[in-house]
Amino acid sequence: MSEKPATDRRTLLKLAGFGVGMAATPFAAAQESHGGHAMPAPAAASTAGAAPSPGYIFLNPDEAAFVEAFVDTLIPQDEFTPKGTDLGVAIFVDRQLYSGWGNGDRMYLQGPFQEGTPEQGYQLKFTPNQLVRIGIADVNDQVRAAHGGNTFDTLEEGDRITLVTALEQAKVELPSVPTRAFFNTLFQLVMDGFFADPIYGGNRGKASWKMIGYPGVGEMYADKIAEWRNRPYRVDEPLSIQDMM
Amino acid sequence: MAAMKLPAVDVVIVGSGWTGGIVAKELAPTGLKVVMFERGRPQDTVPDFAGPQAHDSLKYSRRLHMVQDLSQETITFRNSMDQVALPIRQHGFYWPGTNVGGSGAHWSGLTWRWSEWEHKMRSGTIAKYGAGIIPEDMNLQDWPISYDELEPYYDRFEKVCGISGKAGNIRGRKQPGGNPFEAPRRNEYPLPPMTPSHVMTLFDKATANLGYHPFPIPTANCSGDYVNPDGIALGQCHYCGHCTAFGCEANAKASPHFLMLPLARNNPNFQLRTNATVVKINLDSDGKRATGVTYVDARGREIEQPADLVVLGAFVTGNVHLMLHSGIDKPYDPKTNSGVIGRNYAFQGGGGARMLLDKDTYTNPFMGSGALGSWIDDVNGDNYDFAKAGYIGGGGISIGSNSGDPLTYHPTMPGQPRWGKGWKKAMVDAYHHVAGISHQGAVMSYRQNYFDLDPTYRDAFGRPLLRLTFDWQPNEQKLMTAHSAICQRIAEEITGRKEGGAGMPRSFGRFNSGFYQTTHNTGGVVFGDDPKTSALNKYCQSWDVPNLFVLGSCVFPQNAGRNPTGPVGALAFWAADAITKKYLKRPGALV
Repeated sequence: MSEKPATDRRTLLKLAGFGVGMAATPFAAAQESHGGHAMPAPAAASTAGAAPSPGYIFLNPDEAAFVEAFVDTLIPQDEFTPKGTDLGVAIFVDRQLYSGWGNGDRMYLQGPFQEGTPEQGYQLKFTPNQLVRIGIADVNDQVRAAHGGNTFDTLEEGDRITLVTALEQAKVELPSVPTRAFFNTLFQLVMDGFFADPIYGGNRGKASWKMIGYPGVGEMYADKIAEWRNRPYRVDEPLSIQDMM
Repeated sequence: MAAMKLPAVDVVIVGSGWTGGIVAKELAPTGLKVVMFERGRPQDTVPDFAGPQAHDSLKYSRRLHMVQDLSQETITFRNSMDQVALPIRQHGFYWPGTNVGGSGAHWSGLTWRWSEWEHKMRSGTIAKYGAGIIPEDMNLQDWPISYDELEPYYDRFEKVCGISGKAGNIRGRKQPGGNPFEAPRRNEYPLPPMTPSHVMTLFDKATANLGYHPFPIPTANCSGDYVNPDGIALGQCHYCGHCTAFGCEANAKASPHFLMLPLARNNPNFQLRTNATVVKINLDSDGKRATGVTYVDARGREIEQPADLVVLGAFVTGNVHLMLHSGIDKPYDPKTNSGVIGRNYAFQGGGGARMLLDKDTYTNPFMGSGALGSWIDDVNGDNYDFAKAGYIGGGGISIGSNSGDPLTYHPTMPGQPRWGKGWKKAMVDAYHHVAGISHQGAVMSYRQNYFDLDPTYRDAFGRPLLRLTFDWQPNEQKLMTAHSAICQRIAEEITGRKEGGAGMPRSFGRFNSGFYQTTHNTGGVVFGDDPKTSALNKYCQSWDVPNLFVLGSCVFPQNAGRNPTGPVGALAFWAADAITKKYLKRPGALV
């Protein structure tokens, strides 16, 4: 098995913005100057991954059920991680849809709107949260028609996989939104919820980071890159932003 | 038109990135009244890039918080003149910076001197191959300044930034370990190269086996602690893998926000106005003199700032937009190939190959930096035979250790599932064992690739958007295809498997604006010796409006197969010298 180096104090100090080449600051002083944002003792990491506040803000119950089923279809429980909803990924999706980004705050949303060529990128008038909301309703309408009144979340696992595959390949045409745009947006959100820092509500317990062997965002490698060349560098507990708050 | 008119100042600088920052710093000893405008917000290493939030990849590399706000300004795009251009609504093929430091705060740090040929692409090509090799629609043009003239300024920029690298040619003497194709330099790099990652050592061995000449990429990520000639300290790079799209918490990545602005502020008459977007350059009645600029402040008020001298240091698209919208000089007309503003736009080509290494080979992909990598120049610039290859321009081929942050880096090999059962295993198998070889290719300029103003769409300030018409041309399609094959060959040499490259399938058909490729845009306000084919003289001074200087890669007449920041910084020092030593003594046309 791989050796497991510990994150040392020098590493943490550097991350706080007091790297070599800047003012050398004792650890206590660093805590002082950062007020409530002091660097934690490494032991604080063990409290990480506490469940984010439950409950949905943007999604209504039907939409939340859809998103939960979608998340667990993309990220099923297996030997590597629990299923996506247990990692907070559905909560992540909800919070992102409710955010400024979900509302298209930095997008160009002036008309006129027209379809454009494949080389012209996204040309819909929808913000990301409108696109996802409308797409969910479209998909559920189709499922109801094809599956005797069921919605996506009540389908058997095999049927869910079949449908998600069809959406990914744009073999299903949706009435209100282009299938590819809807699928890609929700797919990317779910992936981001699996991999982003737990501070955003997903990737609970840093499950995806532990799965692939990512040591977290608290590591510095200037004195390690040569030493660990072609040897697996692993840590027991990757540090997230949330761990260091 | 402006509701409020402020007292006149000596100099207005548009943009707080590399070029504006360099000019402001160089102007500081004059004590002139200088006002710099930045459309984004203030930001500094502390508190904005302080850890641990500095490594928030959702915020910076997915939501792109250091990249321009498209709800305020964007461009429209089409591949060809017969299409209707449509706006870039979400961040697409390039990431122009915003906030103090501009793109210079969120860049990766690859810092090149362009080759001798890359400063004289037209005459250099004709001298070797004759004019017949240049396609009819290619507007190939020389720089009005040679490599030799610019060399001292490259040297200055490298010293200011603490560039880490290995010289290949010092005053004509080849240096082992450096780039043998490099133009002569007066000095070694200020710092030695960074510590190579494992994948770099694999690339170095494989390319040497194939007869190429690998060397470490010159980086603006410091290999050690450094104090630059201005007395500013840069820190040693942490190899934390959070450079591209991020700010650096260690001041190890050179950026104008800490290398230029503190020195500009030594001038008590320097003022930086943030959240202030310059929307127009104002001209006198005969259009031959800039009278200042109009800007919109954070509250949305339109304000006129008169000035004796105006320096444009915005991103490529910002500079071109301001020139066109302000009616400076003649807009370019592709039908007659005349006019100058908007002329000679070029992007940059890509391509590459991905490979799966053995299970007992560990890449530790999270140990890296924006610019950490190895490179070959054997098929870049004019280091190969254009006539034999059937194209002009070349490109650099490299391997990098940029970032292993799982949000943006969780590769699987082609053919593996992207989700569901089997997907996680494919990722686990790949994360520590995948590497990629990349190509960054030159793009020439063509009559049909250009900027003008959009007839339909407007920005938040009511101005017509800048419109880009661009597509790959056969020269570049051939180059990208050939160089992807070289990447594949190198991948096979590394893995020892014929099929080992599992080449990234990439279409080099039409250019697609919808996904990120690179931020290296060039042209639109090019410099040259002939006012009929250039907007600026060799000092980056407008031919038509001599109290206006325009800086940045918008002045390059075509793009090269390497990153633009080296010559962007060198030319800013060169232009600043012309302003302080020549123009201010005798304001007027310098050529």
